[in-house]
Amino acid sequence: MLKERDYDFSRLVEPDRVRKEVYTDAEIFEREMERIHETVWIYVGHDSQVPKAGDYTTVQIGRQPMIMVRGSDGKVNVLYNRCPHRGNMICGDTKGNTGDFFRCSYHAWTFHHDGKLKGIPMKEAYAGTRYGKDNPDCSIKKAARVQNYRGFVFTSLAKDGPTLKEFLGKSIVAFDDMCDRAPEGEVEVVPNCFRIIQHSNWKLFLENQLDALHPSVVHQSTGRAAHEVEKILAKKAKGGATPLSYHMLSAFATVTIDKWDDFQTINYPYGHCILTGYMGLRPQDPDTLAYDRIMIKAYGKKRFEEIVGVNIHHVLVYPGLSVQSPLQQLRAVRPLGVDRTLTEIWHFRLKGAPEAIYRRSLAYYNLVNSPATLINADDLENFWKCHQGLASDGGDWVSLGRHHGRDIERNGAIESGPKMGTSEAPMRNQMKAWSSYMKD
Amino acid sequence: MKFNLVVQHEVEQFLYRQANLLDRKQWQGWIDLFAADGIYWMPPDASYQTWDGQPAIFAEDKNLMTVRKLRVLHPDAWSQRPLWETTHVVSNVSIKHISKSGDVEVSSRFHMLELRRDNVRHFAGSYFHKMKKNKKGYAIQLQRVDMANAQAAYDYVLQVWV
Ligand code: FES
Ligand SMILES: [Fe+2]
Repeated sequence: MLKERDYDFSRLVEPDRVRKEVYTDAEIFEREMERIHETVWIYVGHDSQVPKAGDYTTVQIGRQPMIMVRGSDGKVNVLYNRCPHRGNMICGDTKGNTGDFFRCSYHAWTFHHDGKLKGIPMKEAYAGTRYGKDNPDCSIKKAARVQNYRGFVFTSLAKDGPTLKEFLGKSIVAFDDMCDRAPEGEVEVVPNCFRIIQHSNWKLFLENQLDALHPSVVHQSTGRAAHEVEKILAKKAKGGATPLSYHMLSAFATVTIDKWDDFQTINYPYGHCILTGYMGLRPQDPDTLAYDRIMIKAYGKKRFEEIVGVNIHHVLVYPGLSVQSPLQQLRAVRPLGVDRTLTEIWHFRLKGAPEAIYRRSLAYYNLVNSPATLINADDLENFWKCHQGLASDGGDWVSLGRHHGRDIERNGAIESGPKMGTSEAPMRNQMKAWSSYMKD
Repeated sequence: MKFNLVVQHEVEQFLYRQANLLDRKQWQGWIDLFAADGIYWMPPDASYQTWDGQPAIFAEDKNLMTVRKLRVLHPDAWSQRPLWETTHVVSNVSIKHISKSGDVEVSSRFHMLELRRDNVRHFAGSYFHKMKKNKKGYAIQLQRVDMANAQAAYDYVLQVWV
């Protein structure tokens, strides 16, 4: 075991392996929160979660409780959920409407939607003191930086650093792909996300998202079960179509382990990654064709082909977001502790698309991402077991060596080699970004 | 609606039997309680009026129930490996409506204790059953399950029906 404060952060990560303490050490976790989650751009929420003035939602960014609120001027603000008087949290609920202003529940200081002090009861008591409207310390502290990209609101709690667009780089395609698939070019959140707590380090979740080797091992049981029922339904349908949701599940078994190598990962600076590949989400049924017609009308044939031709299975925006743009869903990862992680799972509606298209991805959302998930139950089981194993003294390193040395560098990105979709390149890339944040 | 002691008794026995089938992991027996077009539904929020076309923790017809059953019985369903048991208590059974043909709408409350490895979790909430009278007793057309903690973060997930 490494002893307290012994860490040489340049030596915790090697190109093909990582020290286990990176996942299990509480001190390292604190440093991660400070240097990564409370510094880089983190997803707060979608602005359609707060459509009206005064609408707010609360969210944890790193260790900081934050509020996202829609101001009377229409602007979305991100504030620390802390009263400047004696530190009370301003909002005690996960969402709601605060009316024309915030009012602290302790001594009734009031604040505008942008956090500025509005009033103090019996303010004469502060006459001659340093407390009052002229003192910025008497307003609710704002997040250092907030940017909205096509409705997706991000914050950075650090004053300096790359802009959101610089930070996202090519991973911005996650949001473009999602919005472009809407005839109106915008998405809207489906109210009420699913929230699930995992008993494991946050990095285990992110590494799993683009681990193309795991699905056919971990999700075999559900894939087989869905395939059994799919076959029965196909027989009943006498050649007619079976619901796509069964195919989404059975693919976990029918796409055999070697086939996953046909997928490809493209790895970018800051740890982001795209998994390309297709699970057959563009069938030729009447619903899809009706959608295609609306899209062609909105964008023209050429642009339409470009949009639906985007070949993405999954985009990972390190360190906090996993996006499945063709299915309009995303998972936001909120670390709660070194061995506890909250995921918020959101589904979006393509504005202007037929109801049937929404329902298709809804089926996936419910079956794969709900708290009664037929898929993630087994992932979470593995994450817990992983974390328990890593916390032991049974070994010091986590191996990330699959296809190491065969990655291809092209245009500033690192691609997994041909027919090496199961390469551990995404994990190596994430850890590379991680160590550059963590090193002095 | 006149209170009918026999119907009250029959309905209560039916609900107890359903809970028992879950606790004894008799998945097929549990599925058989549903009508051919029956739906098991757990909304993520009490305000939802229909299972159709909305996010749902569960919204399963008999085909999806069969997927879930086959999955939990599969030898490689990893999350099923550790010991887990449940105990349901169903109470406050109140018949809301009886039709001429004997179909009923029933509300009740449940409390479920789940043991998984060494961890105990509690779930509680209300059931709403819409059931068709048949020769054998009842067939469930819709079972709505409102969890008291529907909007809370789930600590791990729900493996099977509650
Ligand atoms: S702590 Fe908020 S008004 Fe006193
Ligand atoms: Fe998985």
